[in-house]
Amino acid sequence: MDFNDTPQESEFRAEARSWLDANAKRLGADESPTGMAQGPDRSDLIKESQTWQAHKADAGWACITWPKEYGGRGASSIQNVIWNQEEGRYRTPPNVFGIGQGMLGPTIMAHGSDPQKTRYLNPMLRGDEIWCQLFSEPAAGSDLAGLQTRAVQEGDEWVLNGQKIWTTGAQYSRWGMIVTRSDPAAKKHAGITYFIVDMESPGIEIRPIKQINGGKSFTEVFFSDVRVPDENIVGKVNDGWRGAITTLMNERASIGGGGGSNGFKELMRLARETDWNGRPALQDPYVRQRLADFYIRSKGLQYTGYRTLTALSKGATPGPEASIGKLVGAPLSQELAGFACDLQGQAGTLMDDESSWQSSYLGAPGIRIAGGTDEILRNIIAERVLGLPPEVRLDKGVAFQDIPTGRN
Amino acid sequence: MNFDFSEEQKLLQKTARDYLSENAPLGLCRKILEGDESYSRELWQAAAEMGWLGAAIPEEYGGAGFGQLELALIAEEVGRALAPIPFSSSVYLATEALMLAGTDEQKQRYLPRLASGELIGTFAIAERRGRPTPASIQTTFKAGELAGVKLPVPDGDVAGLAIVNARDDSGISLVIAELDAPGIERETLTSIDPSRSLARISFQGARAELLGTSGNGQELAESILDRAAVLMAFEQVGSAARAFEITKDFMMERYAFGRPIASFQALKHRLADLYVKIELARSNSYYGAWALSSESPELAVAACGARASASDAFDLASQEMVQLHGGVGYTWEFDCHLFYRRAKLLGLALGNANEWRDKLIERLDRVSAA
Repeated sequence: MDFNDTPQESEFRAEARSWLDANAKRLGADESPTGMAQGPDRSDLIKESQTWQAHKADAGWACITWPKEYGGRGASSIQNVIWNQEEGRYRTPPNVFGIGQGMLGPTIMAHGSDPQKTRYLNPMLRGDEIWCQLFSEPAAGSDLAGLQTRAVQEGDEWVLNGQKIWTTGAQYSRWGMIVTRSDPAAKKHAGITYFIVDMESPGIEIRPIKQINGGKSFTEVFFSDVRVPDENIVGKVNDGWRGAITTLMNERASIGGGGGSNGFKELMRLARETDWNGRPALQDPYVRQRLADFYIRSKGLQYTGYRTLTALSKGATPGPEASIGKLVGAPLSQELAGFACDLQGQAGTLMDDESSWQSSYLGAPGIRIAGGTDEILRNIIAERVLGLPPEVRLDKGVAFQDIPTGRN
Repeated sequence: MNFDFSEEQKLLQKTARDYLSENAPLGLCRKILEGDESYSRELWQAAAEMGWLGAAIPEEYGGAGFGQLELALIAEEVGRALAPIPFSSSVYLATEALMLAGTDEQKQRYLPRLASGELIGTFAIAERRGRPTPASIQTTFKAGELAGVKLPVPDGDVAGLAIVNARDDSGISLVIAELDAPGIERETLTSIDPSRSLARISFQGARAELLGTSGNGQELAESILDRAAVLMAFEQVGSAARAFEITKDFMMERYAFGRPIASFQALKHRLADLYVKIELARSNSYYGAWALSSESPELAVAACGARASASDAFDLASQEMVQLHGGVGYTWEFDCHLFYRRAKLLGLALGNANEWRDKLIERLDRVSAA
C-alpha cells in the first residue's frame, strides 16, 4: 500500500510534465487555476481556451483517451487522471470543451454515422467548435425520458419545437446534441430521436437563467420550427434513448469521484479567528464536533477517490465505491458553507464578496441538483450498486401520450 | 497509486473469511452470549494456530511476522463473524503495547505466549463513569506495587496480563501486571454484550513492572490507543458490512403491500445512505492502516478519522438492522441484537466517537499551529 505511481505511470507523468514545462507556465504557490467565473460572455477567455486546445492537439495532448484514429492517443483512464493533475499545475485557460469532448464525442463515436465522425470529431478535439448538450426540459429533469420537445418529419428534414433548460454554454456553442420526442404514440423510451443541431439555425432563442446566487452559468433554449436534416440523426429514428444513455454514462464518469477542496482549511482558520463566547470558536465543543465530522467525511471521500484511482491504475473497472462521490461531496459543501455562516454569528448574514462563505452557501444547492439529484443518486446506488428492486412505475408499457402529466 | 491491499494479503483475508464462515457462524456468538463461558476457547485456539494472534508479531518473538496490514484484514473478518474471542484486547491493545514500548526482555517473556494464545492480554485504563483525564486516575504504582480498582476491563476476567495506567512519583506511568499474582481480585461484570466479557479488577499491592519510562504513561497510552483504533476500525467495518448484508437480504425477501420491502424508496434510500457511510469508514480505515503500517506521523490524525467513522458506521448499521427488520428485529431469537450489542461494546471500548472527534481537532490544530 502506497501512493506512488507505477514505473509506467511515472514515465507518462514525466513525459506530460516535460511538454507542459516547455509550453506553459507553472502556477505559483498561492495561485489558483483560472475558473470560468460567473459570466459565460468571456469571449476573450474562450479565444484563449481555443488557442491552448489547438496547441495541445498539434502535440497530441488533446482528448488523450480518444482512440488514435480520432486524433487522441488511446490513453488509459489513469493516464488521463495523471494528465489532468499535471495540466492543473500550470497556468492554462479554463476548459470550455468538456461537454463535447467528454460526453458528446464518445456518443458520436459509439452511435454516429461515418460522415458525422469525419465532420465533427476533429474540430471538437481541436476546440475549433464548442458543443452543448440539450437534454433537460422544464418538465423532464430527473425523469429525462419524459421529454416533450417535438420532432416532426417533413420530407428529408425534421422540424423541432419545444424548450430545453439548464444547458451549459449554449450561447457560445456552434453545435448541440438534442434528444426529442419523435413518436408520442410509442412507449416512453421508444419514441425518442437524438439529433445534432446547428446552434446558428433560425428559430433558436437562447436566454440566460439567473440562479439563486445571481450567477448565469446556464441557459434555456427555445426551439420554434427549427429545421434539422435527416443526416443529423445520431443512431436511428426513435432509438435515441440508447445514445442518450451513452452520453449520461460519460457524464457520470467525467463528474467522477469528487474529493476536491471544499474549504475545510479555511473553515479551521475561521474557527480559530472567530470569537465565540469569549474564546476562539475552535475551543467550543460543539464547533469541534462539527468540524471533525466535516473533516472525516471529506477525507473519507478523498481516500475513496484513491481507491478508485488504484483500480484504474491496475486497469480494473472501479468498484461501486466510485459512485458515492457526488452524494457525499455536494451536501457536505452545503453544510460546511452554512456552518461557516453560523460561526460568524449575526454577521454571518453579511454578503462580503464573491468568494465568501455566504456566496458558497447560495451556490451550494445547485451542486446537489446538477448532474443527478441526491435522490436520484441514492436510487442509482440502491438499484445498480446494491441490486435492490426498482420502484413500481406507472409509466411502463404505456404510450407516451397517455402517461399522466398532472396537466391534463 | 496503490491504495489497496496486495493479492497475498487478500488471500490471507479470504482464508480467514472461509474459516470463520465455516467454524464461527453467528450461532457461536449466541452460544457465548447465552452460556457461562466468557469466550470461545476452540476459536481462540484456532486463531492462534492460524497465526492471527501473532500476525503482527515478528518471528523472533514467536509471531507470524506479517504486519499490521495483514492484521487489519484479519480484524475485519473477526468483525464480520462477531467472533466471541478477546481478540481486540489481546492483539490490538496488549500485544501492540508490548511491541511499541516493551524491552527486549519483556517482549521475549510475553509475545510468544500472546502469539500462541496461551496468554490473553488486556488494557486496563478505565476506573469509573465519565471521560478520564490524567488527573482523575486514582490507581497508584509505588515501590513496584499496584493499588487501585479498574473497571470495566475488557476481557479482564480471562486475561492473564494487563497493561495498567497508574500514578507514580513522576506522574502517570504504564505498568505490566500478571493477573494471577497475589494481591489481585477479579470479578466478572454484566456486559451489554455478554459475547465479550468485562471485569472489575482490584489491585491491592500487586507486583507490576514498568512498561516504557516512568511518567510517560499518558503519551504512551495515547499511542497504544491510536494503533488499536485503526485495527478496531477494521473490526467495526467488518461487523457493519455484515449487518448491512443480512439486512439487505432480509429486505429482498420480506414482502409487504404486495412487493419486497427493498423496493420502497423510503427504505432504499436508507440502505444507500448506510452503504455510503460504511464505504467512507472503510476508506478512512484504509488510510489508518497505511499510516500504522508505514509508521507515519499521520497516524495521530488518521486513527481519529478511522475510529470515529467506523464507530458511527457500525452504530448506524446495527440500529438500522433492528429497525428495518421490524418486529422480528426486536426479538431475542433474531440475530440483530448480537450486532446492536457489539456495536455499543466496541464503540465505547477505546473511547467513544465524540472523544475521537475532539482529539482529531486538537491534533489538527496542533499540526497547523506548529
